[in-house]
Formats: sequence, C-alpha cells, structure tokens
Amino acid sequence: MAQAAKMPARRVSLLLATRKGLWQLHGDATRRSWRVAGPQFLGHIVHHCIADPRDGKTMLAAARTGHLGPTIFRSADRGRSWHEAKQPPAFGEGSNRTVDHTFWLTPGHASEPGVWYAGTSPQGLFRSEDGGATWRGVAGFNEHPQRKAWCGGDQDGTPDGAKLHSILIDPRDPKHMYIGMSSGGVFESTDAGADWRPLNHGVKADFLPQPDPEYGHDPHCVRLHPLLPDRLYQQNHCGIYRLDRPADRWEDIGVGMPKSVGPIGFPMVVHPREPDTIWVFPMDGTSVWPRVSPGGKPAVYRSVNGGKTWQRQATGLPKSQGWWTVKRQAMTADAGAPAGIYFGTTSGAVWGSRDEGRTWKCLAAHLPEIYAVETM
Amino acid sequence: MTPVRVLVPNPLRSYTRDVATVSAEGGTLADVVGDLDRRYPGIRFRIVDEHGRIRQHIKFFVNGLQVRDLSPRLDGDDEVMIVCALSGG
Repeated sequence: MAQAAKMPARRVSLLLATRKGLWQLHGDATRRSWRVAGPQFLGHIVHHCIADPRDGKTMLAAARTGHLGPTIFRSADRGRSWHEAKQPPAFGEGSNRTVDHTFWLTPGHASEPGVWYAGTSPQGLFRSEDGGATWRGVAGFNEHPQRKAWCGGDQDGTPDGAKLHSILIDPRDPKHMYIGMSSGGVFESTDAGADWRPLNHGVKADFLPQPDPEYGHDPHCVRLHPLLPDRLYQQNHCGIYRLDRPADRWEDIGVGMPKSVGPIGFPMVVHPREPDTIWVFPMDGTSVWPRVSPGGKPAVYRSVNGGKTWQRQATGLPKSQGWWTVKRQAMTADAGAPAGIYFGTTSGAVWGSRDEGRTWKCLAAHLPEIYAVETM
Repeated sequence: MTPVRVLVPNPLRSYTRDVATVSAEGGTLADVVGDLDRRYPGIRFRIVDEHGRIRQHIKFFVNGLQVRDLSPRLDGDDEVMIVCALSGG
C-alpha cells in the first residue's frame, strides 16, 4: 500500500450542486466558520460540480435547465469565470438515444492532464481530452453489443432516469477503471474502456428473479480507496458491500447495521487515508421506499474495520422529525487530519463534522435541493 | 439570402448577449438553426438534440404556427419564434 503524504492544514471549500444553481461554502483554517457564496448558474439544474485535483484550479459543472438541453461549464480559475463546453456529451448518429443530462464527472488519471470522464442519463460514458471543452463517447461501452442488456429496459432506473455514475480510475493505471449504473451494476475495464465486464457477484438484486445475476443490479455509489485501489465499497439498493481485488465476489458488510436502521442509503464515503474507514447515510428502504432518515432520526454510520461493525454518529443532528434524504453524490470527506465529513440534504441544508463524524454542525441552510457536494 | 427574424426566449438570451430578436439565414428551419449556432455557438444543442429533433420542452413557431420538426422551408418574410414550453418550468 502506498504511503500517504502528510497533508498540511489548509482551507476547505465545498462545491454545492443544486437543483437551482451552484453554491460554494468556504471554510476558515479551523473548519469552524463557514461562508456561503453564490449562486452561480441561478435556475440551472447543476447535477455535479467538481474541481480537478491535478491542477487545483479547473472545475467542471454539469448543468441543464428545465427547458434547455444539457451542457457542461468549465472554469480555469476556481470558479470565478465559466465558459461553456464547445461540444457537450452527446450520443453519436448511429444511436437512437439522447443525453438528457450529464450526471457524474470524474477527472482522469494523474498522468493524463486534461482527460475527464462523464457519466450520463440515460447511461452513457464520455471522455474529454481537452479539459472538458469537447467530449466523445467511449464506444467500447456505448456501443458494446451487451450494453442494451446490461442497462435494462425503460422501467429500470431511478425516477428521473437511469444513470451511469461512480466512474473510478485506478491511480496505478489509467487504463483500469470501474463504472456503476443505477440500472445495470458495476462494470470493469482494463483497456481504457475498449471492453467491459460485469463485476456484481455477491451483490443482492432482490428485484430480479435470478438469485445471483451477472448484471442488472442497482449500485447507488461505488468508491475505490485512493491509497489501496484494490479495495472497493458500494452502497447499493440492496445493502452495503466491499470488494478486495483480485477477488470478484462482493462481501455483504451491511449485515452488521442495526436492523431498525437497515443497510440502505445513497452515498458512500471513504476516509482519505484509512482504507478500513467508511461512512454511509442510511435511509428508509422499507415498504414504499420513503428514502428518508429511518424513523425521522438522521444519523451517519461509520465503520473503522472495513464494515465488520458500525457506529452511529449523530451528535448534533436532530433527535427526531428529521426526515432527510442525502443523494449519492451529496456526501464527501476532505483530506484534513482529522478528516472533515460533509453532507447536503434534499431539503437544502449542509452539515459538517471536523472530527470524522463524532460531532456535527449545520453549516448552511435554506438552499435548494442539493444534488452533490464536493470538496476543493 | 434574406435573413429571417428569430424571436429568442429569455433562457436562451445568454447566448445572444441579451438580444431578444436576432437574424439568421437559411432555406429551411434546420438551416436557420444551424446559422444561429454559427452566430451564437452552443445555442443549437440546447434546443435541438443530437439527432436533429426539437427538444421535448422546446417549441418552434413559424409565422405563428407550431412546427414539429425542422424541415419547413423559410424565406426572408418569415418569423421564427422559439418558445420554452410550460412543461419545462
């Protein structure tokens, strides 16, 4: 396992992608005091906004409006000014599909500056080699002969469309990557996307008739640990799972969650340095799937042993009548020591912890529905 | 070729530098939209998808009559109105 460099204390900013625009939250050096800035792109649905860790100043934002088609905005100055992509992700002439929106953005490998990946709804994978100005479909996925079977039918996917998400690049190898699909499962490529194979054994899919299907699953969020890239975690529609490569069978680690809370949720967050430490935000997946905090008692759950056991972390959060939903991209960690953990709710509040989840404080409220939270 | 008048809805005026009525040239509505994109880069993909279809929440009117695709022929006396449908709000 690679040794992590000691991170000097630095200010943290949060990028808040919302249904009505983009906001930023700027923290002071202690992460105690926070200032809201924004909005930018007021009225635009911003699905995801992320900064490029390779240069510290490029940012991309995936946006659309209620009326207009999707686009991507690019900034080269940490969000002070923005320019629109010349050629946003779009399916090719041979396809009968139309990109509804770009859902997920991932900066490429450290050895490939300027390379970015985008996941769309409906499920498509796109790559840019010029910092997000122009995008081309990854034919190895979009035109794969099995793609249609993998992606499911019109009834499969989230209420606002099936999505390709969780684009993960192995820090050791730019050609090695994983993707997740809200209808489809987790897939792996070892040749820069030219070919793919499903990687879903061990994960339940109780909405399918087969006991251990090869694909068709619903991963909500998949993460790879940056310092131990053979360690993956996923928060799935059917529980929480862990995979240690080269094994290809996921282990159910949600069984340790309290029965009254359950193992269902959207986001998955990994500790910046400790591969065994992860956080989830459980939601009610019983009956008609309310998708809110179980019992109205919001809590984060943390494991420090790779999912063997879990601890409830709710100090500072409402003890009752807190019916929160946190979307899959709306929870993240900074690289501080101790790590700061942050999440944004669909009711427009941002909560943060300076001590790895032990205590929580509301950092901002009254924002629109939050889709994604990233650190910068 | 005599340009046609194009009435631009509010959500698209960030492309036309806030100008509500612009001109564009072309023998068909598709040509006019293409010319709009040359003059105001990026505008086309926000109202027409990658297969040349009018986007779901966008309407086009030619001389007050709604058209369902970009095939209608145009001449210089024609007026094109681009409208954001109520459904998209």
